[in-house]
Parts: sequence; C-alpha cells; structure tokens
Amino acid sequence: MESGGEGSPPLLHSREGMKGMKQDKVFKTILWLGGIFFFLLLVLMFILIFKGSLLSINTFGWKFVTGKVWDPVSEKFGLLPFVLGTILTSFISLFISLPFSLSLALFLGVYYKEGFLNKFLGTTTDLLAGIPSVIYGFWGLYFLVPLIRKLEMKIGVPPYGVGILTASLVLAIMITPFISSISKEVIKMVPQDLIEAGFSLGATTWEVIKKIILPYCCSGIFAGILLGFGRAFGETMAVTMLIGNSNFMPKSIFSPANTMASVIANEFTEATRDVHLSALIQIGLWLFILSVVVNLIGSFIVRRFEVK
Amino acid sequence: MSIKGRILKDKLLRILVMFLSLFTLFPLFFILFTTMKNGISAINLEFFTNLPKPAGEEGGGILNSILGTLLLIVIAFLIAAPFGIVVGIFLAEVQNKFTKVLKILVNVLQGVPSIVIGIIGYLLVVKPMGGFSALSGGVALALMMLPVVIKNTEETLKLVPLHLKEASFSLGANYTRTMLKVILPSAINGVISGIVLGISRISGETAPLLFTAFGNPFLNINPLKPVDALPLLIFNYAMSPYEDWHRIAWGASFVLIVMVFFLNLITKLVEGKRWKTSY
Repeated sequence: MESGGEGSPPLLHSREGMKGMKQDKVFKTILWLGGIFFFLLLVLMFILIFKGSLLSINTFGWKFVTGKVWDPVSEKFGLLPFVLGTILTSFISLFISLPFSLSLALFLGVYYKEGFLNKFLGTTTDLLAGIPSVIYGFWGLYFLVPLIRKLEMKIGVPPYGVGILTASLVLAIMITPFISSISKEVIKMVPQDLIEAGFSLGATTWEVIKKIILPYCCSGIFAGILLGFGRAFGETMAVTMLIGNSNFMPKSIFSPANTMASVIANEFTEATRDVHLSALIQIGLWLFILSVVVNLIGSFIVRRFEVK
Repeated sequence: MSIKGRILKDKLLRILVMFLSLFTLFPLFFILFTTMKNGISAINLEFFTNLPKPAGEEGGGILNSILGTLLLIVIAFLIAAPFGIVVGIFLAEVQNKFTKVLKILVNVLQGVPSIVIGIIGYLLVVKPMGGFSALSGGVALALMMLPVVIKNTEETLKLVPLHLKEASFSLGANYTRTMLKVILPSAINGVISGIVLGISRISGETAPLLFTAFGNPFLNINPLKPVDALPLLIFNYAMSPYEDWHRIAWGASFVLIVMVFFLNLITKLVEGKRWKTSY
C-alpha cells in the first residue's frame, strides 16, 4: 500500500533497526492521522453549517427556496430575489468574459506558446488574478459607478450607478484570468502530432484551432467555464460593494439587487434574531452545496482530460 | 474557399484574438494606475505608525490593521503550514481509495466560496468562544490556505525522482529518515512556494474576516480579541461617506497590492529553483 513500506531497511535484529521501525510506525501514523483529520474537518464543516441552518429549515421548509419576499423585520425569508441576482450576475459576467478569456487561452496556448509576448501576458494575467477582491470593489466604486450612472441617465433609467450590470462588469474582469488559465492548460494537452498532421495537410492556424484543437478540448473548456461560474457566484466583496444591496426582485440589469453571497456579507453581523441568522446560514449551506457540485463536475472533467 | 480567402480569414482571426487578449491588459493597468495615483499621496511615516482617527478628523494611520493582518497571517500559517505539509506528504506517498477521495476534497475545499468559509469560522470558533477574535479569523484564513499548501506539497514531492529514495534506502536509512532528510529537503522549494502562495492568497481576503476578526479601531495583538485587517479597513473606509477615509483606503489598497505582488514574486523566484532531474 505505502510505496515506502517495502523498502524498509533489513537491520531487523540490531537495536538501531528496531528503533528505526518504531520511528517509521510513528511517522506513518502521523501521516494517516493528518489525512483522517482533514477528512473529518470537511465533514465537520458540513455538519456545522447544516446544524446552523436547521432552525430555518424547520421553520420555513421549501417555502424558503421559493419565497419572493425577504423582510427580516416581519420575519419573512424567501431566497428567490437572491437566486435571481446570483444567476444574473454570474451569467452576464461569464458572457462578457468569455470572448476575452478564450482569446487569451488561444493566445498563450496556440499562437504564442513561448517568447516575450507569452511571458508578458502570462505574468500580467497572474497579477490580475492576484488583486484582492475588495480592491476590485473599491476601484469599481470609484471608476465604474460614475460611468454607469452617466450611461443610465442617457438611456433614461434611474441613475443608481450601482446594480447588477456594474457588479457583473467587475466580476467579468475577475474571472477572466481564472477561465483562461484552465482553458490554456487544456489546450496545451492536445497531442502535438494531431496539430502537426493538420498543418502538414495545409490547414491554416485558424483551421487547426477550429477543426482540431477546439473539438478535442471542448469538454475541458466547458469545465473551465463551469469552474469560472463557480468563482463568479461565490465572489462576495466586490459584488457586495457594487450591486446596491436591495432585497427586492431585480427588475432589469440596471436595478440594484443582492446575490446570495452579498446578502450574507451585509446582514450577518446585524442579524439579532436567531431565525434571521439561521436563514442566512441556510443561504450559506446552499452556496456550499452548489460549489461542491460545480467543483466536483469541473474537476472530474479536467481529470479525465489529464488521463486522456 | 480559395487559398487567398482562407489565409485572409486566418489573419483576421489572429488579429481578433490578439486584440481581445491584449485588451485584458487595460483593467489591470487601470486598477494599478488608480491605486498608485490615489494611494501614494496618502502614504507617509505617520500613515504607518499612527492609529486611525475618529470619523471627521483629518489624518491618522493604519498601524492597527497592518499589525492585525500580520497577526492573522501568523495564526493561519501556524495552523495551515504543518497540517498542510503532513496531508501533502500523505497524498503523495499513499495511493488508495481514501487518498483519492481526499484529493477530491482538497479541490472541493478550494472551491468553497470565501463567505461560506467566514460562516464556518463563525460557527467553529466565534460561537463556542462567545465573541469575535483574531483567532477565529486566523482559523478561517487557514481553511483557505490549506488546499494551496497541500496541493503544492503533493505535486513537488511527486516530482522528486524515485532513485533518490532508492539510494537512501540502500544506504540503510529507514522510511522516516528518507522522507525527512532526503525527500523533503530536495522538494523544500516547492513546499515553501506553496506556503508563500497560500499567504498571498489569504492576505487580501475580506469575506472570511467580516464576522470572525470583525475589525477593531484600536491597537490589539491579543489573539482572543477582535483585530482589524488591511482588507477589512479598505472595505469599511471605502463604503463610508468621508473623503479623508477614502484617501486612507487608497493608501491601504496600495500597501496591500504591493504586499500581494511581492509575495507572488517570491513564489515565482523560489519555484524557479525547484528540483531538476538532470544536472
């Protein structure tokens, strides 16, 4: 089982050897304990958050998921406005980000596999991924909100400045490095002989991309987009700062709203009643489950790719 | 399609891909430029050595949140580094169904939204201990740092060539000695780069701290009391209506970005010296 186990030294009869074997047992026990403890930690995380939301689950049942009104004062808790907010922001940001992140993946994975341009753009994308979310939010408040406000005045909608569109734009910038790096890795796994065969038949670079590379890594790129979606719906700070924090059903992409993550960030410390706190924890439970599902599917596809 | 048409199409699409790729540089430079422009003017000696002033008063510094961030990082490091290295070695050395499940769980933990980690930190530490504390914030950050440390440790250990292990065994060293004196030292750069990467990932996190470390306008290095942190300060000050607080928030953003980029740079430098099989 353990790859090192068979190689233990043959000095069984000397005192040194006995000591060594004892040492090995202790060492391996520590390794196993570490693994088991990590497993239990994840189980504990789930139990904690499930127990925390039990009060709200028992009180509201399925009405929690389908309710359209969230009003802590009259103790009405419906998740639907935030589900809608989360879906809108995630999908709009994915939609905006896709042309850029896929181009970036092709740029780094096909057109410029090495050299200065590759290093330069690769490093800047890494930097973009490293900027803390709260700074994205601050920058959005300072730079993007006035711009959107001007736009809203021009087309005649209430000029909040903050809202679903503003949050989605910043989210799109934030998930671009993430999607492009996964897609790039997948593109790099396309067998070189397939690509060369394409070129030797006289295909242009674009034809190789369209007819060989993209069909080959279709599922891998889908996994990248799925994991990017996972990033987008869980992102909290930048969205909380830019979405306008309104608990009503959003009417258009300009209206202020809340996502599941941002409502937790907004109300958790102010929740004085147990039911309110438990309802917020239940939103966390749904986010937790959703992220587990998305990541399981995503990493399953990527792993299958590595095997292929 | 004629050959000329195909070549033209190829060129056009290459230009489109290049244009869209280079366009992603804009937000980066915009954000860096804005932060530098507004941030540098806020920074002076007083900025690093003073405590924040009450709302409405000019001036003040961010000493409390710098120290708070350092304290949180130390706590997270003390939990995540040893634990992560042990789990990393375990995953690299043992192959069975259990470790297969664990590998998936590491990915799952990495994908859990930061706000959910905050809730877990609250339920795990704040609620039983009866109050917000630096310790609970450190625990929450450790949960975010763990998967990074585990993955990097596992991956570097797998890169160490097998003949090193065989040579060590053939000299009569036992398994423990082989792992601790031969395998781990030769992979140490990857392990360290994993830890630094983990620290750079958590140092800008705000959401897990909102209801754990909570924030504190006073100086505190007691792990059982609430502390402020740079990202928390940026969030609170950016959302406030005071001009002077915005100025301080820009200064803090600049400090935070410099810190994160510096940590990323260290990761790259250390990683470049990873184990190489041929010499």
